[in-house]
Amino acid sequence: MAVAAEKLDLPVRQTRADSGLLGLISTVDHKKIGLLYLFTGILFLVVGGIEALLIRLQLARPLNTVITGETYNQVLTQHGTVMIFFAATPIIWGLFNYVMPIMIGARDVAFPRLNMMSYWCLLWGGVIVNAAWFLGGAVDAGWFAYVPLSSAQFSPGEGMNAYLVGVQLGMLSTMLTSINFVVTILKMRAPGMGLMNMPPLAWFTLMTSILAITAGIPFMVAMLFLMMDRWFGTSFFAPGGGGDVLLWQHLFWIFGHPEVYILLLPALACVSEVLSAFAGKPLFGYKSMVAAISTIGILSWIVWMHHMYTVGAGSPTNTAFVIGTKAVSVPAAIFVFIWLGTLWGGRLRYTLPVHYAVAMMFEFYIGGLTGLVNASSSVDRQFQDNMWIVGHFHFVAIGGIVFGLLAGLTYWWPKMTGFMLNEAIGKPGFWVLFLGFNLTFAPQLVEGLLGMPRRVYTYLPEQGWAGLNAVSSIGAFMQAVGIVILVIALLESVLSRRRATADAWGVGRSLEWSIPSPAPAYNFARLPLVRGHEALWHEKMHGDGKMQPVPDEEDHGRHGNAVHMPSPSFMPAVVGLGLLVAGFGGVLPNVTLAIAGGVVVALGILGWALEDARGYYLVVKEEEA
Amino acid sequence: MTTKAEAVGHAAGHHAHAALDNLKRGVWVFLASECIVFGSLIGTYLALWGRSTSGPQPHEMLAQVLPETIVATFILLLSGFTMALAVHAVRRGNVGGLQLWTLATIVLGAVFLAFKIKDYAHLVGEGWTFASNIGATTFYTVTGTHAVHLAVGLVWLLAVLVNSLRGRYSSENATAVECAGLYWHFVDMAWMVIFPVIYLLEFAR
Amino acid sequence: MALTKWDPERSRKRRWFYVRGARTRRLLAGGAALAALAASPPVLAQEVRYPQTLLKPAGDQARALYEAMAWDIEFITFVFFIVSLITAFILIRFKHRDGEDGLPPQATGNLRWELGAWLVLIVGLIVMALHPLKAETVFASMPKGDDAIDVQVIGHQWWWEIRYPKLGIVTANELHIPTGTPVRIATTSVDVIHSFEIPRLGGKNDSLPGRWTKFWIEADEPGIYQGQCFELCGASHARMLARVIAHTPADFEAWVRARQNPQSQPESDLARAGEQTFKATCALCHTIDGTAAKGTIGPNLTAFGTRTSIGGGVLANTPENLAKWLADPAAIKPGSKMPNYNLSKEQIDGLVAYLMGLK
Repeated sequence: MAVAAEKLDLPVRQTRADSGLLGLISTVDHKKIGLLYLFTGILFLVVGGIEALLIRLQLARPLNTVITGETYNQVLTQHGTVMIFFAATPIIWGLFNYVMPIMIGARDVAFPRLNMMSYWCLLWGGVIVNAAWFLGGAVDAGWFAYVPLSSAQFSPGEGMNAYLVGVQLGMLSTMLTSINFVVTILKMRAPGMGLMNMPPLAWFTLMTSILAITAGIPFMVAMLFLMMDRWFGTSFFAPGGGGDVLLWQHLFWIFGHPEVYILLLPALACVSEVLSAFAGKPLFGYKSMVAAISTIGILSWIVWMHHMYTVGAGSPTNTAFVIGTKAVSVPAAIFVFIWLGTLWGGRLRYTLPVHYAVAMMFEFYIGGLTGLVNASSSVDRQFQDNMWIVGHFHFVAIGGIVFGLLAGLTYWWPKMTGFMLNEAIGKPGFWVLFLGFNLTFAPQLVEGLLGMPRRVYTYLPEQGWAGLNAVSSIGAFMQAVGIVILVIALLESVLSRRRATADAWGVGRSLEWSIPSPAPAYNFARLPLVRGHEALWHEKMHGDGKMQPVPDEEDHGRHGNAVHMPSPSFMPAVVGLGLLVAGFGGVLPNVTLAIAGGVVVALGILGWALEDARGYYLVVKEEEA
Repeated sequence: MTTKAEAVGHAAGHHAHAALDNLKRGVWVFLASECIVFGSLIGTYLALWGRSTSGPQPHEMLAQVLPETIVATFILLLSGFTMALAVHAVRRGNVGGLQLWTLATIVLGAVFLAFKIKDYAHLVGEGWTFASNIGATTFYTVTGTHAVHLAVGLVWLLAVLVNSLRGRYSSENATAVECAGLYWHFVDMAWMVIFPVIYLLEFAR
Repeated sequence: MALTKWDPERSRKRRWFYVRGARTRRLLAGGAALAALAASPPVLAQEVRYPQTLLKPAGDQARALYEAMAWDIEFITFVFFIVSLITAFILIRFKHRDGEDGLPPQATGNLRWELGAWLVLIVGLIVMALHPLKAETVFASMPKGDDAIDVQVIGHQWWWEIRYPKLGIVTANELHIPTGTPVRIATTSVDVIHSFEIPRLGGKNDSLPGRWTKFWIEADEPGIYQGQCFELCGASHARMLARVIAHTPADFEAWVRARQNPQSQPESDLARAGEQTFKATCALCHTIDGTAAKGTIGPNLTAFGTRTSIGGGVLANTPENLAKWLADPAAIKPGSKMPNYNLSKEQIDGLVAYLMGLK
């Protein structure tokens, strides 16, 4: 059945409207945006990684002089800021953006243009933060930016401004993406898919987004206060003017701890999906998973003061937060139970994603359990700002979050690029990374027991930490080699063009494996009818292994042999550009630039509101029809 | 059997409808996050309450603008009522009512904003500026954020008014108005929290 | 003191974690560093000391925290091994083997097992959470009574001002205390946030500008206990060391008396020349009790010759080190507020003679 073009009120196209470089700028396709996020995230991961290597180089020997104390603080701060806000976050949004809408059987997210604008906010935020190196020096007050060290008096330079503007944009990106995902999950699931039979990853996305929307705000407000303190001479955080230095810490950590779960939940999601797929079993205890996710969402609101046990809040307060913090271990351990239950009786295939997932399990045990020690307010009086903490949270941040995300990245790589990974390259890379990781961070736990503070740029030979630090530095360089091998494996897969089939691993259980790799522009030529708990698996067991389409009259996005697509738009790029210019206006600070950027933003929003965004029809390819 | 042209018209209409449906849910989620914005701001106001080290104390200054503010508060309450009437009208297909009540809401909101600007001008004229002391800073931050939200709401309502004059709304197609209404009610309710906390609490000491 | 007296014998029997000898301690540290340390024999062979170790508490408060920490670490080690063993078993047992083609059973859950897991975890949590709370009360119960010493520790970028309000003594970086006596510390900061901790004597509370926080420490035996600033406070955060010098009560009395009657007069011509240089430059920022020098920006230098360390505790107080410090403070402490006056060799020698003569 052909489309009668002259009768349509929307244009009909044979090819997608957003191909080419200009198309990339104007795209609103969640898949392209996801890949942009991933690429950006890996780029910033390399930047943050080089900074980590500098740190380890400086600490390799006592009284080392690779970099000065000032530079060290800059590198340290940039490492934390870049890794958390501009490496981990975009990699997560990249994976979620690509996979999640397909998994729930949607053709795009709820607000495609907003999705692209989120990407611009994140990219320009990262650019601004890193540009500080070339604008009078990067920020050196720590990624937590405690006042008064981050105030105009003690950090007068552009670096702190760049942190505030850049991270503010990064947070804005996270907020907008999260709103987008919540609405997408609530409103755009394929017919037949209820909330309780969504793929596990969708549940994790939902809670991650809810946490990001709610917890991000106090931090954004705090940054706004600090901007006012710095630019307009107010005294929110200046004790001399009636302000309070602890106000920053409260607002920061009300965000800062849920942020850990915002980053961790996606990693748990990837591991859950990977283990279930390669064990050949559904996730064990779906209801427990939903309960555990929700419990983490609630408990994450009553843990923030465990970062502040040493501010003199008093025993009753501290004790309340000890209980809240330790309570989080219950839902966290439930995930372990769920994974073990999933593996039990399964037939686990040790592919590359499974390597990362299994490594993640063990490192997550260590990261979580060491966290239980410093969750005790008494013990934390010794561990606060000590290398034990650094060891602990890197076991969570790399062992838990990065390994989990790499499991997801390697699992969905064939789906996202259309090419299979070469496991013969990937697996040695995994082992180097895994060993290097443990070699780096296990000694740091011991350094903590031996009383070494964190964030020191040097130490004395007689303090006795030299050997451990040397080992740690060797491990850091091993990790770098592991990451390089991983990147080589990714590049090799694209260059060697080993085409992936729709069900690339042959173990797919959810909808993304029912469509070609890489996914076509419209995801689903015909909207799939979800008939079971695991949509594709149900068809494999009870049907012919292919998704049944919904009846034509229920597929509102499809007409004839064409599918409705959202219009590409340059307006997100215009708004993003305005934010970039205004952002630099704030960094320098330069009022003209700020106003000029603001005008561009306003024009972009106006254009956004007025442009024709009704979309177009894209003709479905023969073989996919 | 419908003809093809009708079917296509229906499909395109459906995309618009689905997008608006998403928009409404999006506004709800957005307003949830806005609650936390104002929660954080008011929390900060309370945390730093009574810590002004120099300059005129907030209660001395706010006493000077309290009578106008009470009047303005009633005006804003009234605007919430007219907004509800506007949404009610469009749901029943009464586009004339929609235009009338939207206009009334805009006028009332603008009057409220005018009151605020007058108050600010008065306070700043008395030398109580943004950075005078922590009481002033938090006062201007909380009420200023609210005023900015209100101004955005006015622009939104103006757009609704223009679109309704262009015949965009009907009883089936009222979601855009409902979204604007949700936002306006939120701004209205935020003030109902801000007013007692900021203006009345000062005198309870 | 409400504390029950710590019994090392009992503790040693109860805990594998308890470490007494330096050798055992090193071995344990090595064990916990997994194979990482084992792969590095020179480290173990080295005769290193760990002046800031948490594993050898030297006072009641530190001991209470250590006990809690040891219990926590035993607990998590136990849990880690159990869970790891189960995981390893499952990973090996349920590995895909060649020739296995059939489907594994598609179990989606088991209500009884799931509820059991929640229950076990909640009970485990309660056990885990309650135990270290005891140490929290030890840390938080400030010793009362007049026999305790009161000290104010005030953080500066990058040195510690130490005041004994009742004794009228002001000094820097080196906190003298009597053994067997609880020391109440009230701490604040004049600039950014710092955190004063002597790990072997107890935990810490932060030094926050605009606020006073309180905690206490106590030392059993005379000796020097190392510590430093634990909160990132700027360029020289790593160079902001501190030490506690614990005396027997009698020695402490003697120190207080000596310190209350400082020797501030130069005794040689060289030192007199140094005094003139001091008055012209250093006195703007430094105080020496009993002289006209009343500056408050830098540390109080009364009885400087009795200090064991200089430059925020990073150098031993020897004439050579002092000369090095005076010649270029920023080379030792980046960002130091102490300017480089480009003093001549003669001026430096004079200052060294003068300062080292202050007793």
